[in-house]
Amino acid sequence: MKSQLVLEDGRVFHGESFGAEGTRIGEVCFNTAMTGYQEVLTDPSYYGQIVAMTYPLIGNYGINEADGESAHPQVKGFVIEELSEFPSSWRSQTSLPEYLATHGIVGIQGIDTRALTRHLRERGAMKSCLTTENLTVEEARRRASEGEGVVGMDYVRVVTTPEPYDWDPDDANSRRWDVTRSAGETDPSASALPPARYQIVAYDYGLKRNILRRLRQHGFKVRVVPAGTTAADVLSLKPDGIFLSPGPGDPSALDYVHRSVRDLLGKKPIFGICLGHQMLSHAFGGRTYKLKFGHHGGNQPVQDLATGRVDITAQNHGFAVDPDSLPPEVEVTHINLNDHTVEGLRHRSLPVFSVQYHPEAAPGPHDALHFFEQFGKLIDDSR
Amino acid sequence: MPKNPDLKKILLLGSGPIVIGQGCEFDYSGVQACKALAEEGYEVVLLNSNPATIMTDPEFAARTYIEPITVEIIEKIIAAERPDALLPTLGGQTALNAAMDLWHQGILTKYGVKLIGANAEAIDKGEDRQKFKDAMLKIGLDVARSGVVHNLEDAREVARQMGTFPLIIRPAFTLGGQGGGIAYNKEEFETIVARGLDLSPVSEVLVEESLLGWKEFEMEVMRDRADNCVLVCSIENFDPMGVHTGDSITVAPTQTLSDREFQLMRDASFAVIREIGVETGGSNIQFAVNPQNGRMIVIEMNPRVSRSSALASKATGFPIAKIAAKLAVGYTLDELKNDITRETPASFEPSIDYCVVKVPRFTFEKFPQADPVLTTQMKSVGEAMSIGRTFKEALQKALRSLETGRFGLGADGKDQYPKLSDGSWDRETLNQRLSVPNAERIFSIRHALLAGYTVEEIQGLTGIDPWFLRQIEQIVTMEKQIPTQTSDVLFAEIPENERTEEKKTAVLRGAMRKWKKAGFSDRQLGFLFGIPEEMLRAGRLKYGVLPTYRLVDTCAAEFEAYTPYYYSGYGDEDETRGGDKRKVMILGGGPNRIGQGIEFDYCCCHAAFALKEEGFETIMVNSNPETVSTDYDTSDKLYFEPLTLEDVLNIYEREQCWAVIVQFGGQTPLNLAAALQANGVNIIGTQPASIELAEDRKHFAALLEKLDLRQPPNGTAINEDEAVAVAERIGYPVLMRPSFVLGGRSMEIVYAEEDLRRYMRNATSVSTERPILVDRFLEDATEVDVDCLSDGETVVLGAIMEHIEQAGIHSGDSACVIPSFSLSEGVRQTITEATKALARELQVSGLMNVQFAVKDETVYVLEVNPRASRTTPFVSKAIGVPLAKLAAKVMAGRKLKDLGFTREIVPTHFSVKEAVFPFVRFPGVDITLGPEMKSTGEVMGIDADLGLAYAKSQMAAGSPLPQGGNLFISVKDTDKPVAVGLARQYVELGFQLYATSGTHAALAAEGIPVKKLFKLSEGRPHVLDMIKNGEVAFIINTPSGKQPRADEVRIRGAAVTYRIPIMTTLSAAAASVNGIRSLQGKGLSVKPLQEYHAGIGRA
Repeated sequence: MKSQLVLEDGRVFHGESFGAEGTRIGEVCFNTAMTGYQEVLTDPSYYGQIVAMTYPLIGNYGINEADGESAHPQVKGFVIEELSEFPSSWRSQTSLPEYLATHGIVGIQGIDTRALTRHLRERGAMKSCLTTENLTVEEARRRASEGEGVVGMDYVRVVTTPEPYDWDPDDANSRRWDVTRSAGETDPSASALPPARYQIVAYDYGLKRNILRRLRQHGFKVRVVPAGTTAADVLSLKPDGIFLSPGPGDPSALDYVHRSVRDLLGKKPIFGICLGHQMLSHAFGGRTYKLKFGHHGGNQPVQDLATGRVDITAQNHGFAVDPDSLPPEVEVTHINLNDHTVEGLRHRSLPVFSVQYHPEAAPGPHDALHFFEQFGKLIDDSR
Repeated sequence: MPKNPDLKKILLLGSGPIVIGQGCEFDYSGVQACKALAEEGYEVVLLNSNPATIMTDPEFAARTYIEPITVEIIEKIIAAERPDALLPTLGGQTALNAAMDLWHQGILTKYGVKLIGANAEAIDKGEDRQKFKDAMLKIGLDVARSGVVHNLEDAREVARQMGTFPLIIRPAFTLGGQGGGIAYNKEEFETIVARGLDLSPVSEVLVEESLLGWKEFEMEVMRDRADNCVLVCSIENFDPMGVHTGDSITVAPTQTLSDREFQLMRDASFAVIREIGVETGGSNIQFAVNPQNGRMIVIEMNPRVSRSSALASKATGFPIAKIAAKLAVGYTLDELKNDITRETPASFEPSIDYCVVKVPRFTFEKFPQADPVLTTQMKSVGEAMSIGRTFKEALQKALRSLETGRFGLGADGKDQYPKLSDGSWDRETLNQRLSVPNAERIFSIRHALLAGYTVEEIQGLTGIDPWFLRQIEQIVTMEKQIPTQTSDVLFAEIPENERTEEKKTAVLRGAMRKWKKAGFSDRQLGFLFGIPEEMLRAGRLKYGVLPTYRLVDTCAAEFEAYTPYYYSGYGDEDETRGGDKRKVMILGGGPNRIGQGIEFDYCCCHAAFALKEEGFETIMVNSNPETVSTDYDTSDKLYFEPLTLEDVLNIYEREQCWAVIVQFGGQTPLNLAAALQANGVNIIGTQPASIELAEDRKHFAALLEKLDLRQPPNGTAINEDEAVAVAERIGYPVLMRPSFVLGGRSMEIVYAEEDLRRYMRNATSVSTERPILVDRFLEDATEVDVDCLSDGETVVLGAIMEHIEQAGIHSGDSACVIPSFSLSEGVRQTITEATKALARELQVSGLMNVQFAVKDETVYVLEVNPRASRTTPFVSKAIGVPLAKLAAKVMAGRKLKDLGFTREIVPTHFSVKEAVFPFVRFPGVDITLGPEMKSTGEVMGIDADLGLAYAKSQMAAGSPLPQGGNLFISVKDTDKPVAVGLARQYVELGFQLYATSGTHAALAAEGIPVKKLFKLSEGRPHVLDMIKNGEVAFIINTPSGKQPRADEVRIRGAAVTYRIPIMTTLSAAAASVNGIRSLQGKGLSVKPLQEYHAGIGRA
């Protein structure tokens, strides 16, 4: 079925529909990861967005239960160049088009995603209308510009958990996944979970499963709480530390979160990732601003300014922290070597640090995994 | 911290001659390293024996040694130059092995030379099978179950413990897995283990669990001094385990790994490079994955830049060798810029937004007796790479880049379907072609799909991942649909009342674009619609279906790219940029194959350098990822595209080129010349008409007559009877060959009518336009090659090269010498005048090569090729003049007078070019030489003394002349009189002679001391026993005729296997006498090329 992607500036891309039919409006961004489309689709941080993959061949290894980063796809729409209808992988349980159809996600293929990427690179991320309906370009464009986009949007309240819960209380779903030993089975000695040394609270602004798994693999028992939970309620749980998760939407639109985080500063060790990092910045009194087209992919070089060491990191953010807005007691610890934007912060006296990118990867490289260990140390040191 | 201030002078080792498993990718890496180190202010001392390389051009290093890459020579260079460091990781296995030998012998310590890039411990750990395996287990990675053995008995024990066949056998420290194999039974096991033990320099073989049918992957990683690691490129093999990765179709990036699997492989790769201890630079790590359960096993790693890293560099735009050189001198990745984006650092991982396919190029047609089954031992001689938006597009482009006459995945009218006489599919043959890996298997997959096989059936037979097979199925499905998609059918899609011209055009464009996106060439589409390619092309242009050129930018368009490196697709946008300079397109040579190798790439690079100097914008088109020409630094613009009429015209028109150069890329562009010209392309330099004229027998004969030049009596034939008639008229023996070929393809010397008829029956694609050429063969004539340069007014000889082997042996396979050593002044004069007359008459603008035969002071013209020749780089190095560069300037309108090259330079030093052969790869193939070219590469020996220059050339070619010991001599009857004189000289030099009855009798009769040996049939111990026991130092064995005796073939085969120097012609044996005498008398010394050139004292 014919389908079109109309950008708010009037640029039109024609393609073929796959997955669900219908019309979806959202900010379109591009992701440069060559593997990991399932993780991208299910990452809550993409809520409200239409995602285009720069790698042209998508769907090759299908979809499997284990690789979902949340219960269902979170993107509004999915834009690719060529769909592999017949997946090939021992892990595959269903195909990409079936999966999207089941979950009502509109997909479009046959798009020159390089042309789209170049357009967004030059003009910046923008709203768009992805539709299988027979809309005129003008109509689609109107709907795109009247749509929500990301700026000023609180999507956190949509994706956060409605109720608090304990992550994996039976330690059944957190083991390290491995294929280097004994025929794909998990080698118990290599992947056995360490004893739970820390009880922490994780704010769910849009948690990915792999963050929870990684925390557990590093000795954390996690109580997940909704984004709106107050500082007092969190502290009443007497956690050893507090984790601030990634999440979708505009970081400056989350006053209630800024407040609760501010109230937690200095009370407990805090580690923030992505939106969590931006929430900390706001809590410190800093600002965030929208990047032209953001960082979405698995090849972003980040340098640790203290050691000079470079990690290749998984990133997914459309906003960044303005370093000039931060108070002197907050130190920039990491920068992106491509555009020198802020990638990591720490407070000089309080047990608080954060990174803008994704140590949990999924998808992407594992170089930055060490931050989970660092969080444990931070808790140890402040005990 | 930036570069290391303790280093000033760095010795860089090249990889020597082009051989199977070590192609021109190491010229690419070496050139990058030379440039990178020079840029940092280091004094680079370079050693490479291969004159056809760009890296050995004198301006690329401060001191360039074209000398053999042996410990003895390197020590002399180190003693003379006293470098601070040795960089061994950019010259392939050759450089790495040499560095290890130097280290083991304490030479590096003695002279205080530091190994940079990788230290000896790391190299050892990466290359030694057992140490590597232990290291992998230590870091928790899985490896194939295996055992390392040093003798047959232990091997049997390991096999017993494994308890099952097949087993894989891998010898330690051999190139490209040479000597390895798969044993399906005990007998094969013993044979392969024995061969592997022989070939391994440390007599070590790994016996390993079979991973046949597993998926194979490669990861190209880099590491810096600060332990930053990046993954440059991932590669997935189309062919499953069991086929050497050099012989596999490979795809970048990986296609069938989920992110979880991919990231574990990436983690494992970094763990490997760290554990092995490669301090800085690139490594290639190979993995096998069980398709049933994902179990991942580490296969091996190369602690150096490799063929795959050259591919990875071209596939991603990330210059691995250049970065490796900078890391070796102390930089870290974040301190280096990504050239392509300029803004971003080298400490990142390329993200690519296209699909890359590499297809290997084989030349089994050159070695009919060789086993064409693909195994773990590499057999391909070259490769083509292509880039497309989809796998389908990239695959079809790669197949039409191969220069095998195909225009994609079949559908080009060239298939020979395996069918039975009743027209039904021959399923038995098809099954076999699918299940036994072979060079044509990709086409058999298409045949099977046409025959109705399911993807599952094909997967069962081939072990190829169904993802790839589905893609091929889509191509085949489309191929079947295309002929039905006529305009009437397409227009029927549009509701009748809306059928406007505009809509019709849109529908046609849409369909055409869909086919093009799947990689179908104009030729294929024309074939499918039953119309000529030109007509299809005209239609395509009419509807405006044009390729769009996209950038290889390392970042999937995330950042702006500055380096104009393009590939074509049929997308929405074109990214080419205009320019105000006049543009010249240079057509490269495509994949390396025997007869067309690095020499032509050398010439193409020179054209780019020269024309840039002249103020043109240079545009390179080529499909060979190993080359310097496809380095984005070489030309102003690089198009990584197939060299077909369609692809070249598309670029020419898009770029609005002023002109095209076709005479530098070997036969590939020449084959396109006429059609390009017919399409209005401006070809500069010698015109295609002149090139055709030189090939056309009748016209050429008339031309020679006009110039009063002599050629051997000859004629042409298009059928058996004509050929017999010609041969009878001119007399046997005759030399048979097809028109328009390079490398002596299908050339044969025929002594009798029966053989002549057989030859004609086997000859393919003979036509009136392309008849078979029949020449009287001049026996025992001296062959001479001449390269000259002409601007239409002035003709200057580059060199007169005298061959060591007699005429009849392909010029590419014979050793030759500059300057000539036995020609009389009169003959030289005749040759000079003839060359000049030919160049003028053919209106040559650029280079021309002429082959002469000299017999009894008479000069015959054998062949004229008005184009760059295989010897162009050799001559340039010998005389110190960049002939190809000057030629390019001449083609663009300059005059030789203005360029300062007006007279022949006859150097006082001697330069010997020797050919290098792949026989060790093809057991059972007789090693004798003939008119069909078989060599893959060449080396050069230079010295003031001819004997030493020859000795160096032999040493560089891997068969150093012995200075004494046992000499086994066996010659054919007609050679015996000459052999007597030679034998006497060998005795004088101190050799103990051995011979079997015939030769023994001839020598003994002349009073030459010689010991008699049993022939193979006479009893033991015979000559093979002596060879195997290492008791023979040298062999002289001339073949008895076209159908050699089985004994001889076995002896020659054993010489190759046991690496005993062997001469198969008396002329070479005679040259060897001089070489040995010089070695004994004077000993070896070394001298850089720059000093030789300074000594020439150019006018």
